[in-house]
Amino acid sequence: MGLLSKIFRTGIVTEAFPPGDPQIVHLVREVDLRSRRLFGRALGIREVDAGSCNGCEIEISGLMGPVYDSERFGFHFVASPRHADLLLVTGPVTRNMEVPLRKTYEATPSPKLVVAVGDCAHTCGVFKGSYAVAGSVDQIIPVDVFVDGCPPEPADILRGILTALGRAPQAS
Amino acid sequence: MIFLLMVAGYLFGALAALLFARGWVARWLTAAGAIIGGACAVTLAVAEVFGFDIGSFQIIVVLARRPWWLQGGVIQDPAQPLSAVFLGVVGAIAIPAALYSIGYTRAWEGRRSLRMPGAMLNLFLLSMSLVPLAENILWFVLFWEGMAVTSYLLVMTEAEEPETVHAGNWYLGMTQFGLGFILAAFFLLLPPDGSGDFTALAKHAATLSPGLKSLVFVLALIGFGSKAGLVPLHVWLPSAHPAAPSHVSALMSGVMIKLGVYGVLLFGLRLLGGGPAWWGGLVLTLGAVSALLGVLYALMEHDLKRLLAYHSIENIGIIFIGVGAGMMFLSYDLPALAVLGFVGGLYHTINHACFKGLLFLGAGSVLHATHTRNMEEMGGLIKRMPRTALFFLVGAAAISALPPLNGFVSEWVVFQALLGGASIPQREVAVLMPIAVAMLALASGLAAACFVKAFGITFLGIARSHEAEQAREAPVSMQVAMAALALACVVLGAAAYAMVPALGRVVAGLAGLPPASAVTVSWSLRVPLSAPGAVGQISPLPILLGLALLLVAIPIGLWLSRASRALRVSDTWGCGRIAQTPRMQYTAAAFAEPLRRIFAALYRPTEDVSIDFHPESRYFVQSIAYRAHIIPWFERYLYDPVIDRVIAWAARVRAIQSGSLHAYLTYLVAALVIMLGLLMLWGS
Amino acid sequence: MPLPTGYTVAIAQTALALLLAPGLVGLIRWLKARLQNRRGAPVWQPYLELRKLFAKEVVVSSNASWLFRVAPFVVFASTVAVAFLIPVLAVPSPFDPVGDLLVVVYLLLLGTFFLALAGLDPGSAFGGMGSSREMTVAALSEPTVALAIFALALGAGSTNLGQIVARTMADPAAAVSPGYLLAFGALFVVTLAENGRLPVDNPATHLELTMIHEAMILEYSGRYLALIEWAAWLKVLLFFSLLGNLFVPWGVATVLTPSALGWALATLLAKLVVLAVVLAVFETRVAKLRLFRVPELLAVSFVLAVLAITVSFLVR
Repeated sequence: MGLLSKIFRTGIVTEAFPPGDPQIVHLVREVDLRSRRLFGRALGIREVDAGSCNGCEIEISGLMGPVYDSERFGFHFVASPRHADLLLVTGPVTRNMEVPLRKTYEATPSPKLVVAVGDCAHTCGVFKGSYAVAGSVDQIIPVDVFVDGCPPEPADILRGILTALGRAPQAS
Repeated sequence: MIFLLMVAGYLFGALAALLFARGWVARWLTAAGAIIGGACAVTLAVAEVFGFDIGSFQIIVVLARRPWWLQGGVIQDPAQPLSAVFLGVVGAIAIPAALYSIGYTRAWEGRRSLRMPGAMLNLFLLSMSLVPLAENILWFVLFWEGMAVTSYLLVMTEAEEPETVHAGNWYLGMTQFGLGFILAAFFLLLPPDGSGDFTALAKHAATLSPGLKSLVFVLALIGFGSKAGLVPLHVWLPSAHPAAPSHVSALMSGVMIKLGVYGVLLFGLRLLGGGPAWWGGLVLTLGAVSALLGVLYALMEHDLKRLLAYHSIENIGIIFIGVGAGMMFLSYDLPALAVLGFVGGLYHTINHACFKGLLFLGAGSVLHATHTRNMEEMGGLIKRMPRTALFFLVGAAAISALPPLNGFVSEWVVFQALLGGASIPQREVAVLMPIAVAMLALASGLAAACFVKAFGITFLGIARSHEAEQAREAPVSMQVAMAALALACVVLGAAAYAMVPALGRVVAGLAGLPPASAVTVSWSLRVPLSAPGAVGQISPLPILLGLALLLVAIPIGLWLSRASRALRVSDTWGCGRIAQTPRMQYTAAAFAEPLRRIFAALYRPTEDVSIDFHPESRYFVQSIAYRAHIIPWFERYLYDPVIDRVIAWAARVRAIQSGSLHAYLTYLVAALVIMLGLLMLWGS
Repeated sequence: MPLPTGYTVAIAQTALALLLAPGLVGLIRWLKARLQNRRGAPVWQPYLELRKLFAKEVVVSSNASWLFRVAPFVVFASTVAVAFLIPVLAVPSPFDPVGDLLVVVYLLLLGTFFLALAGLDPGSAFGGMGSSREMTVAALSEPTVALAIFALALGAGSTNLGQIVARTMADPAAAVSPGYLLAFGALFVVTLAENGRLPVDNPATHLELTMIHEAMILEYSGRYLALIEWAAWLKVLLFFSLLGNLFVPWGVATVLTPSALGWALATLLAKLVVLAVVLAVFETRVAKLRLFRVPELLAVSFVLAVLAITVSFLVR
């Protein structure tokens, strides 16, 4: 079978995970020890696109692939915020997405974490001041970690999530 | 004595309805009469089936000159345990139905008199109780017709609706059609001395040729099958049952159609004493086809009572699968399996009466509260009518054959009987059994899907109309009636270890069947199968207790392991939508849509979508109307051509009624001359 | 007559099944990850997920009724009840007289029934869609299961699980008879359908319009979700045990000695690992079917079951 022989020839392609640039990830508030312990090894992530250009989404979609393999840390992406522990929010929050973002946050059971990905989520990026933008993500829902970049690399996004859990690899 | 009390009870109820046509006195007395009669019927039945002796009574009609058609003991206490089973079914459903009618008919105050419905209800119950007891052709047909006429009048209670009149006409027509065949079957069996007694008929039948016996059986099957609702004689059921008041629907669907089963058993086992294998095969095939077609048409219904009526067709099919298998095993001389088949059929008769009665009463409560039968206008009723919803859920679980309720146990017995089909020596015939197994399994799976739809769309979710939002719980009498039937469903399932041997004793002695050898092993039901040493065994009561124990143990386990107990109420997750309206839920048509597509070859669905655009722009839609139709095969291709042909002939015959007096006088004289001529011929 | 230790073994085997089920699903996921050339989560990841879910709060819709809160318990209870009835470690089980293969099938239908109702309860569109599709698939797989049971029962003379296992152990040639092999094929397809595996349903999908089982549980959270997920994983293990112990029963303990039970445990683990590998490779190889192609797949399994019956009839 051609597919199986190709699989065996390719082998494991997951890359090791270096510490990275500490400037990119901002920890807004220290997550309490109980949540860190709870989500340390098993985390459900719900991605919310609050009006982004989808540049961040393309980077996020690389996370589940073989190269970055977020599943090895125990993360899996879920279909419903009810199953989620962490909300991964992108985009400047547009007016039309303000209420849905709030509702998503309400629908998530506590304890919950929020990681805002991209410059737009942190400071509204290039859309700052637009008539269609309601504000950055921390003006709508409480945020735990910001990951800067336009768009940030998948490795940085991963580091952001791990920072929220207190498991980020430290530079030696 | 109890027999007289039963008759007196029903007559008292009828009289009370006729005398006090309105007010709570009429309602209570009518119901009380029916309840007394029902209780006596159940007592008689239980005594006969379980072998208690409470004395017996016989009415022997003695006239001065004893004409040939009034000989012999004509009505007596159940001489045959088989009659007792059906009598018991009548009484057991009569009690909740009568209790229910107290609350249900309160809604008729000021609009409708109770005189006709109340009197007819009691007379209906009386004639249904006496049909299984009749031991003579005349009385049997008399009570059969009485049952038909009283139920027709009951169906026509709400005669101001045109669809009720339509339903009533169909019902009357099919009843008379069936009666014709039943009479033909009886008359072919008449012995030369003209005695109409059933024992005499059975003796005479033994002397008939096999061809004549087969003809009698087929005529009886058509006649009684039309009453039972076997495909293709089922078309009256889906219109007549919904048209009647709900407690009457429960009685018609739960009890009256079972008398069709009684008729087939009467002819097949008692009068004709079993026959060639193709009789059983025919019954089995018709049963399997009815089961499948019944549930397939039920899936497409969004009228709650029509859906239940189609499910009655399905369950009658299951009963006839058991009976047919029993007849086949009887003709191949496999008595143990034959008993199993008949017991399965009879057990399902009793169980179906219970859960179908419960479901119709539940549907009636919903109709009472929301004034509509259309599922698409209901929703969220579980919060407005919690007890009705709970009882309906029990009925829905029972009809979907979920353990440990009674529907599952009787289907299990039928499955075990069919599994024995491998013992039939002829391979080509034995292959019918696996086909029947597959069709039965498919029918029960589809029934579960259909009842998820029926219960889910009606009771769960958000109310889809103003009436559903304002619905109120049913009156107490209706709730008590439903609770009694729900309890019966649970108990009949758990008590299988006692029911099956009792039913085995009922069929023993008929057509040479031996007494059942089902052994009860402390709460468990064990049935011997064909291969030596093989037994089928289930224990419904331990299953019930085990499930209850687990249901209690899991929260205890959670509490012990200190799992979080936090709970928060929030909006339904709708992908962050701003508002949640009832129109965003699934509808009944949407729920059944995958199955409509899969079985499109049967349904031949057609869809009709008409869109109204905004006058100023075709990009804005104002409203969309969606209509979906499925082809009613039997009505369109079997009945309509026949009816059209009959009407065409009737139009031609109408020419005789010219209106001219001279023509009528000519007819009279001609008839007189012909009769005199014939008399002279016969005299010489 | 089973000794009192018979009951101990039965309870122990149920507890074992409950404890192994997350590990089995974790193994399948780990294998699929490796076949996708990535490291994947460790095999014990589902245990961590369960522990986390039990500690989270439950969010319930305001439209939901008591049925929504009761359904997870009914689903879990019915699946655990099935675990008592299936021969996982030893035959004959003292619970043999309680239920046979038909009871097992309909108990699983009980769980599906309540889960489907719970999908309709909150009044969401996806829940209704999941319920509708799940009941369609369940209804269409019923005839295949019934016929496969019929084929197995033809040989053993009854649908009693202990008797079927005993008969196959007594007559090894029956295990490779065409009837049994065809019935195995039919039941394998039903396993995929009933447990929501590819090609019928992708358990890891996020696209609601492609979901069957997942769509019904979108509203569940916290401990309710944990119970439903655990019940689903237990169902996978029980189906694998059925496939393994009915068709290849060697290794199942017939006496209740420690050595026999130890050997039964070892063979059970071996059968589960083999079936997990087969499933993981199959799921990697195959793509999900369009929803209206699933009835065609179930029809194929039905034909296999019909052939199994016909062959069993002819060979007898």
